[in-house]
Formats: sequence, C-alpha cells, structure tokens
Amino acid sequence: MEKKQKRLVVRTIILIVLAMAIGYTVYGTATQKKVELIAVGSEAPDFTLVDLNGEKHKLSDYKGQGVFLNFWGTWCPPCEKEMPAMNRQYQVFKDQGVQTLAVNIAQTDLEVQDFVDRYKLTFPVVIDKTKSVMTAYNVDNLPATVLIDPDGKVVKIITGEMTEGNIASFMELVKPQ
Amino acid sequence: MSLIDISGNLLFVAFIAYLVALLFFGGSIKQSNATGKNTEKWGKAAIVVTIIGFLAHLSYFVTRWIYTGHAPVSNMFEFTTAFGMFIIASFILIYFIYRVSALGLVALPVAILIIGYAAMFPREVSPLVPSLQSYWLTIHVITAALGQSILAISAVAGLVYLLKVVDMTKPSKQRFWLEAVMFCLVVVVGFVAVSSTFSAMDYESKYTYVDKEGKSREMIYNMPPLFGMNGYEAVEEHGMSPLVEMPALINAKKLTTVVWSLLVGSILYVLIRLIIRRRISAMIQPLVKRVNLQLLDEISYRSVLIGFPVFTLGALVFAMIWAQEAWSRFWGWDPKEVWALITWLFYAAFLHLRLSKGWEGRKSAWLALIGFGIILFNLVAVNLILAGLHSYASN
Amino acid sequence: MENIICACGHSNPYGTKLCEKCGRPLTEEEKQNKVADMRYDGSAIRSKTYNKTIIDKIWNFFSSVKVGIALIIITLVTASVGTILPQEIYVNAPETGKAAYYEQVYGWFGKLYNALGLSNLYSTWWFQILVGMLAVSIIVASLDRGIPLHKSLKNQRIKRHASFMKRQRIVAEGRVADAEETLNKVEEKMKALHYNVRRDGNALLAERGRFARYGPYINHVGLIIFLAGVMLRLLPGFYVDETLWIREGETRAIPGMEGYFIKNNDFILEVHDNKPQGEQVKQGVNVVAKNFQTDVTLYKQPDGALPGDLDNLEKIKDYSIRVNHPLKENGFALYQMNYRLNELKEMRFELVDKATETPLGEVAIDLTNPKKEYDLGNGSSVKILVYTPDFDGFENGEPRTKTSVPNNPAFLFKMTTPSTPEGEVSFVEIMKPPLEPLGENQYRMKFAGAETRDTANFTIRKDRTIPILFVGGMIFMLGVVIGSYWNHRRLWLQVGPNGQVLMAAFVNKNMFSMKKDLDAVTTFAHLPAYIDQLEQAEDNEKEGDHTL
Repeated sequence: MEKKQKRLVVRTIILIVLAMAIGYTVYGTATQKKVELIAVGSEAPDFTLVDLNGEKHKLSDYKGQGVFLNFWGTWCPPCEKEMPAMNRQYQVFKDQGVQTLAVNIAQTDLEVQDFVDRYKLTFPVVIDKTKSVMTAYNVDNLPATVLIDPDGKVVKIITGEMTEGNIASFMELVKPQ
Repeated sequence: MSLIDISGNLLFVAFIAYLVALLFFGGSIKQSNATGKNTEKWGKAAIVVTIIGFLAHLSYFVTRWIYTGHAPVSNMFEFTTAFGMFIIASFILIYFIYRVSALGLVALPVAILIIGYAAMFPREVSPLVPSLQSYWLTIHVITAALGQSILAISAVAGLVYLLKVVDMTKPSKQRFWLEAVMFCLVVVVGFVAVSSTFSAMDYESKYTYVDKEGKSREMIYNMPPLFGMNGYEAVEEHGMSPLVEMPALINAKKLTTVVWSLLVGSILYVLIRLIIRRRISAMIQPLVKRVNLQLLDEISYRSVLIGFPVFTLGALVFAMIWAQEAWSRFWGWDPKEVWALITWLFYAAFLHLRLSKGWEGRKSAWLALIGFGIILFNLVAVNLILAGLHSYASN
Repeated sequence: MENIICACGHSNPYGTKLCEKCGRPLTEEEKQNKVADMRYDGSAIRSKTYNKTIIDKIWNFFSSVKVGIALIIITLVTASVGTILPQEIYVNAPETGKAAYYEQVYGWFGKLYNALGLSNLYSTWWFQILVGMLAVSIIVASLDRGIPLHKSLKNQRIKRHASFMKRQRIVAEGRVADAEETLNKVEEKMKALHYNVRRDGNALLAERGRFARYGPYINHVGLIIFLAGVMLRLLPGFYVDETLWIREGETRAIPGMEGYFIKNNDFILEVHDNKPQGEQVKQGVNVVAKNFQTDVTLYKQPDGALPGDLDNLEKIKDYSIRVNHPLKENGFALYQMNYRLNELKEMRFELVDKATETPLGEVAIDLTNPKKEYDLGNGSSVKILVYTPDFDGFENGEPRTKTSVPNNPAFLFKMTTPSTPEGEVSFVEIMKPPLEPLGENQYRMKFAGAETRDTANFTIRKDRTIPILFVGGMIFMLGVVIGSYWNHRRLWLQVGPNGQVLMAAFVNKNMFSMKKDLDAVTTFAHLPAYIDQLEQAEDNEKEGDHTL
C-alpha cells in the first residue's frame, strides 16, 4: 500500500511538472512579442545625449524633477502636431519642476535645427545619433512619450499623438509634490 | 577534353555499367533458378561490373569536384546524381554483408532511374551563391544523402520481400499497390524518355505570363505546352498552343512536364503489359522466389538501423549547425527542413512499430517503401513545388 | 493487484510475462507463444500494473507505445500541412497585410488556411501542446519500461527454466559426451568472441553488448534535454533576436547588445565573373552573387557608461561580416542578412546662370550632415532653407518628408550672387525642374552628380540555449548509435548429468551476426545443431504457398 502511495505521488509530481512546462511554453510564446523592455514602475534607463547647442543632457541630472521624455522625428506628422502644445505646456510646468526633453531619432542637425526654429521650441532637443537611447527604451513607433517621476521611475508610457489637455495632465502627474 | 567533359563521360560509363550489371544480376538469378550452375560466375560478374560502375561514378564525382572547386551537390542534377551514387555504395556495402543478389535486381534499376532523372536537369556548372559557400555544404549534404540512400536500401529489400510474398493470383490491396509502385517506376522512365526526346529535338516555346503577384514574366517551355501559364501570350511558339490556361497559382510548365511523363509512362506501361501479358510485379516474382524472407526482413530493418543515425546526423544535426551559422537560426520551419523532420519522425515511428508492436515482414516492408516515398517527395516535390530557402536546388 | 507466484517460488509483480527468476511463462498468452516475447525481457511494464486513480489513467495513457506512435504520426501529418502554403515569416508582405496576401494570392483556400492559423502553424498553441504531449509520452514510456528492464537485466539468473529456453528463437537440443568439457569449450569460445561468460553449476550464460539495450533510453534522454532547451529560450535573457539596418559610415548602437556599437565601414557586393550559360541564361539571371560582406568596427562603451554617451568608445575589433561568417562577440553573433544598394549620400549642384549656363561654383551637400550655408567664394553663396530627405509634397506651403531616409531629397535653396544680392529662392527636387515660388530667377542649381552608399542589414542573435541543445543532440546521437550499431546477444546453455544439452540464444536485432557466433561455437564445442524457430515457421508457410 505504501509503495502504491509513493508511486502515485511521484507520478502526480512528474505529470504536474510536465504540464506546467507545456503551459509555460504556450503562454510564453503567446506573450513573447508583447514584452516591453521598460516597465511602468521600473527605473528609467539613464542616458546622456547632446543638444543642438552642444550641451550634454543627462537624465539623472533631473532627479528631483519630473521628466516629460518625448521621442520624435520630423517625418512623423503626429510628432509635429503635438510639438507646439508641448512647447506651451513646457512654459507652464518648467517652473513647477517638470522638465521636457525631446529626443530626435538620428536625423541631421540641419533638419532638427530647422524644425526647432520653425516651431520656436524652447525645451532642449537632443539627437540620438546612434539610436542607443531609442534601443534602451525599446521605442518602435513615433511619437512615444515616457513620463518619469522625480525619483527616476517610469510612471507612464504613451504611444501616439497627445492633445494639449493630455500633455498638461501628464505633466501634472510627474510634478514633484 | 577538359576535366568537366571527362567527368561527364565517366558518369555515362557508370550508367552503362549499371545497366550491364543489372543484366548480370538477372542472369545470375535465372541461372540459379534453372540449373543452379554458373550462378557464382554470373553473380561475381554482376557485382564486379557494379563496382566498376561505382568507381566510374565516384571518379565523375571527384573530377567534377576538382573542376568546380566545391562538392558537386549544389544543384538538382548534382545532388540527385550523388544520391544515385550513394545508393549504389550502400547496395555494395549491404551486398558484401548479406550476399543477396536479388537486391541488385531492384537496387540497380532504382539507381539507374535516379541517375536518368538527374540527367534531365541542367548539367552546367553554376557558381555558388554566398550562403552555400561553406564546408558545411559538403558535410551536411553528403551525410544527409548517404543516410537517405542507406534508408533507400531498406525500401529495396522491402520491395523484394513484397515481390516474393504478395499473392499475384488473387486480387488484393497489396497486389494493387505493389503494381502501383511498378507503375511509378515506369512513369519515371516516361519522364526520362519524353524529356530526352524533346531536348534532342531542341524544342523551345517562349511565352509571357502574369505571375501570382501580378508581375509580367517570361517562361520557356522545353516540351510542347499542354497547359498555359496564367494570362499567357506566345512570344515564340512551336508545334502547338497550350490546351488549357492555368490560374497563376499553378506552374503550368511543371504541370505540362508531369502530364507528359504520365502520358508517356502510361503508354509504356500498357505496352509492357500487352507484351508480357502479366502484371510487371508478376513478371518479376519468379526472379525473387528463392530469396530468404527472414534475411530480407533483416536487411530491410538493418538498413534502417544503419541509415537512421546517419540521416539524423546529416539532415538534422549538421543541418542545424549550418543553419545557425548561415541563417542565424538553427531551425526555421522551411519546407525542406520540415520534410527532413517528417522523414525522421516517420522512421522513428517505423522503429517503434517494429520494436514494440512487432510489425515485421510485410508491414515493415510496406513502411520501408512509404519511407522511401517520403524521401523522394522531399527530393522532388519539395524542391520543385514547395519552394523555400532550399529552392536553389531547382535551378 | 496481486503478485504472481511462479512455479519456482519467485514472486513477480503483476503484469510480468516471464518469471524474473527462472523465465517460465506466466501469462496464458505467453504460454501459447512458440517464441517468447523478449521485448523488455518479459518484465512488467509499470503502467500495466495499476489503473486506479485519474493520475494513473493519464500516466497509463502516455505510457502506451501505441499512443506514442499515434502522437508521432499526428505531429508528422500536422507538420506537413504547414508546408502546403508558405508560412507567414516567408511571405513577402508587410506585417499587417499578410492576411490579405493569403487571400489575394491563394484565393479562398489561402483565406481559410490563414484563418485556421495554418500560416503560422508551428507557433500555434495546439502544435506546441502536441509536441509537449510527445515529450510527456517519451518521458513516461521510458520510465515505465527502462526501469524494469534495467532491474531485470541486472538481476539475470544463469539457470533458466527449460520452458523459457525452448521458447527462444534459437534452440538446440541433443547430447554430448562430456558435460564439463562442453561447458569449458563453450566458455572458452564465447570468451574469445568477447562475450561475458558466467557459470552456475551445469548452466552457462554468455552475454555481449548488454549496454545496447539502453540505447533507446539514452536517446530519449537526449531528446528531452533538447526539447527542454528549446523551451528555455522563452526565459528572459536566454534569447535575443534583433535586426539592424546600418548605412556605410554610420555608427549605431546594437539592439539587444547593451553597450556595444557598430560602425559600417564598407559594404561589398561581389558577383561571379563566370560567363552565363545554359539554365542561367534561360532564367535571365545575368550574374550570380559571390559575396555579401560588410566591413565593420565593433566598439564598446566603457563600463558604466550611459546610453547615448559616445565618449571613450573602446574599439573591440575590425571584422568582415559575411554570409556563413558571423561576427561573434560575448555570446552574441551578428549575421549578414540583407542589403540595400545606392542610397544617396552626397549631392553636388552647380550654381549656374540660367541663360548662359555659366557656372559660379559647385556645392557638395553631405546628406548625412548638410550645412546651413555654402560659400562659393567670389561673393556667391547658397543657403539651404529647408531640406527634406524624402520629399512627399507640400502641406500648408511647407515641404514634407515621408521618412528620414534620403529616397527623394528636395531642397529649398536661397542663392545669393553678386548680381542678385538679396537672393533668389528655388525649390529643387531630384530629377525634376526647379520650382521658383518667388518669381522668375536668374540662377539655378544644376544637378552635378551624386555619391551613394550602401546599407547593410544584420541580425543580432544570442541564444544561450545552444549549448543545451548541443548536449541534448549529442546524447541523442550517442543513444541512437548505441541502440542501432550494437546489439545484445545472449546464449544460455545447460548440460544435464548424462550429457543432455539444452542451448538457447537471444539477440535483440541482427540475428545474422549472432548466427555467425553460434556457428563458430557449435563447431568448436561440438554442440548439437540449432534451429531458428522463426525460420521454421516461415518455411511451413512457404510450403503452403507452393501449393497455390
């Protein structure tokens, strides 16, 4: 009887382990493509990029402030559309401790400068020449915006165009208390 | 004469030698059936001629290798010819283990047909594309072909087994299917006959057509077109116009070839039946009546046992290592890969059926034939129809 | 379920076919057989012993070889279905347009094929479950058979019951003059044939190649390790599969490979210089590619450097990535996969007087870093008011770019010359006549040439499961080779006090070779001739055939 019991336990364990392995495989394959490199709540990857005036911007230098991090390109119409709104909200929130940082994806200085001049952008615009920050943030589609709180944690990731109302409420979200 | 011409001539010598050896094998068996005398002599002559043929074949392989600078297994002609050579090599090996002449009676015709089939493909030397420039081409393809040809011997033994045991006097499924196998062999003869006839006539008709993605393309037929490509228009037409137009999905040129082969093969088959007034299998049956069934069953099983590990190594293990190196992933579910896996799974099932379910004798022989059918499907259909990454083998 | 007590007094587990100790047949079915079923040496397959709870039932299901074979066949057939139409990854259509592609190209069948998930068959949940069930079957069936077989082979008795021996395929019976001498001679010969010989009184057991019986179990272990390796790929960090397009001259962060940068120095496309002939001409293929190669330099950031920080990049190595020759570094490999030729890199324009075509100088615009203004000396200059790399029309009077790639560069120039000091504006699009939005100009920018560059495409791959797969594959190969190329041969011999001999032999495969050994030992030790009970059976059948 005891032997039989033991055998049943062993069989049960083996079958459960195998079933779990199969279940994990099916689940893992189904969710594989949706894995995000950065997760809400995790530390935002630090980086350093140079702006059009040759000044370095390091994300961790803005600790204590909220950061509105926007990835964009001149060829992307929604990026272009939200820029003036971002510019206005930057003026509102910069004194309340919310920094705006726009990361251009590997375009030429001339194009970026023209764009900045055309829209009279006042926030710092940096160019990710090697696409390394884009890779670190796993950005696929533009525009993409990452909200980082004063502790350097990712609060929210927004892909796609934002209205001015959105932008204001997002900046509010990461405003230091 | 350049090296490549010598190489071609050597292949021709091999082909002739195999034909002669086949006559000797037949003679050896006839003798042993009739008088029992001189069988030794005939049998010895048969295997000696086979070996001479094999040496010529091997020399073809080596000289072509030297000429092209890479193992001659990089296109359909080269691979199929090599496959025929390995079948002969496997046959010689098995012959010296078991000394069964009747095997030659099936193995040689199979090899002859395979070489004949190969010769219908373009024979020029084509330079290698970058993905093939690797020593893995040599290792992977040769090992895989060797494994397949040893497995083919299993089907050869299985066929001999069935030719002996299947009752030809009463209608049965087995009798029907056995004759179907014979018919298929005749169709291959038909293909070779029709291809070489039209190629000797230098037949060529040129058409433009619209492919499945809507692009306009050009197609040259080497046989009178029975079927026309989607939206075909003649550029230069000889003899006849296509009878039926096919949708874009179907390659009407290949269909034309298949139908011509079937047509000529069927006519040949009917002629043979009219002349011998029996089934082909019934005609061969007396030749194999003295073979030892236990031994044939063992040869068939043993060939799978010897061939299976070789096939696994060549067609799966080496294939994966090379794929990882060339295409960055060891497995990509490309049709050729899938069919190698299917072949492997089939022989795994074969072994389990035999070991655990006791499928021996007839059942095992039929399985060996089906296995060879899968190998041929992988060689012919996958290359020519289910084009994938390996489809360079088709041109 | 009770144990079975054999006539010899040994207690066997339920389901045993041949007594573990003496080899007597224990089941009715087994008693009927002329030749004993020696598959697992007659031991009880574990699953056959209990069949009570649901767990036992599931277990027994997977333990069945019949089920295992059925699973192999189902997998085989399913896999073949996936080759009817090309799989999604091989379809040349954008990610979102694949469903439409199947319908458009293959009609209703394509639509159905795609709708049923067959176009992505090998990653569907049901195909994975199928392969998973095959794995369960391999594990359970091997455990159930391997363990009892091992026990039975380990505890083999030398003396077996006559009913066991007479029911082997090879049997010999007769008389010899001297019992002891016969046993000695058989021992001597069998040892010479590399058998392991044991004796117990008047009984002898010669055995060779027992390990061959373990081949199937070893290869099953290998398969399971392989499948486990494939599964591990899903764990984070085990597998990286990224792709990178990089132009000549560019330096890019390598996706998936943190801290590494790669610079494309040169892309080289070489073609064979053979004269096209035969089939190559027929198919209209003029050239055959010989080499795809990208000369790269691999860089690494210093430890602790941040993304985007390009100071102090440390050069790791120069390498030429070619097909079949990936760049390997730190567990990663970069493969040459694809390329695009001739993307515009530099455009040259001449500033000319429209009427006289008199040139005032040339500007060379580096499209990777265009300058705002080009001074031509002689008091003339050209200013780029707007540059769009991939011009796509105007929107609100502003030229728009479709992408950041210079597929269709366009410029809004302001040309200043001594004769037109306030400047003239001209919009220049490649291959088109210039637009003059602010009125007729005296000067124009005349296209004077261009430089192009190539783009290389790499796959970046890391697969930490490879060593596991390799080990699994090697163990599998080892098991298959052991199981296929060796066989387990046994010979039992008993000599009675007055010289009656009973000999039996068993081999799990390759009886042909076993018979050679038997012939040798029979001659050497003057044993009675043996008979092959299977061949006898067949001969009877053949007699029957002859009457037809």
